[in-house]
Amino acid sequence: MKKLIIAGREFSSRLFLGTGKFRSNEEMKQSIFASDTEMVTVAMKRIDLTNKEDDMLEHIRHPHIQLLPNTSGVRTAEEAVFAAQMAREAFGTNWLKLEIHPDPRYLLPDPIETLRATEELVKLGFIVLPYCQADPVLCRRLEEAGAATVMPLASPIGSNQGLQTRDFLHIIIEQAGVPVVVDAGIGAPSHAAEAMEMGADACLVNTAIAVSDNPVEMATAFKEAVIAGRRAYEAGLGTKSKDFIAEASSPLTAFLND
Amino acid sequence: MTLTINNQSVETSAHTLSELGVELSLPESGVAIAVNNRMIPRAEWETHALSENMQIVIIKAACGG
Repeated sequence: MKKLIIAGREFSSRLFLGTGKFRSNEEMKQSIFASDTEMVTVAMKRIDLTNKEDDMLEHIRHPHIQLLPNTSGVRTAEEAVFAAQMAREAFGTNWLKLEIHPDPRYLLPDPIETLRATEELVKLGFIVLPYCQADPVLCRRLEEAGAATVMPLASPIGSNQGLQTRDFLHIIIEQAGVPVVVDAGIGAPSHAAEAMEMGADACLVNTAIAVSDNPVEMATAFKEAVIAGRRAYEAGLGTKSKDFIAEASSPLTAFLND
Repeated sequence: MTLTINNQSVETSAHTLSELGVELSLPESGVAIAVNNRMIPRAEWETHALSENMQIVIIKAACGG
């Protein structure tokens, strides 16, 4: 399998993991380990002055893992730039998952603020991986603005609805000059495998693993699905026949007289 | 003096951000501080003086996708 390269860094794994919704930090850590991921997202929150909590970073820091802080909670480009600066300071990385979704019901990303923020953050030296609508025109604009990847959504965050944007993902993958990471809504390993078979460069999965009855097993299942999908893409899928017309895979008359 | 830290009113005897960090037992890494909505790099904490009613935000890592 070819390595994935983002902003000059090589990744052997094409599965990115989110850290939300796990029942415990230990379960999260075991799932990250089982998935073989090398890219893990982390959010930010205000510290609680009255209650000293466990530091979740202790559970995910590893030499092979690139931390990917996100800007979840921001509503504008200006807030995103502020969040990015806080993240860079706190976590010592200029990698950033840019996400600006002001609408709490569908959590759909604001394309205008996302593009503005990408332009600004690239100038400030961030490696920007923007979460965005599966809009091929927007993805090209983000790439032109200097985004290191584009991360179009499959369906709304946490919905487990799979590749509802399939047709547009095809166009984005065809056009993109940067890696395409399918993010959000991937609810089953089969969804991830399909995205990879289509030629996506990576998938970002969180909810489907974290809320599973057995997240560690599910993380393994996603790892295998992403590998299978990518291998199939690199091997080259057969073309579909027109109108379900059969194409025999065994000779039909080799041992009978006509 | 009184500061507002993460929307809470806090009494402190600290004079700088680094003294405040010690008072609050902030870890060596994994946190960031903003004063009046501007991020202050850790290298400047030592010299960043506090003043009455400053609005301070301190963040750390949280689980998220």
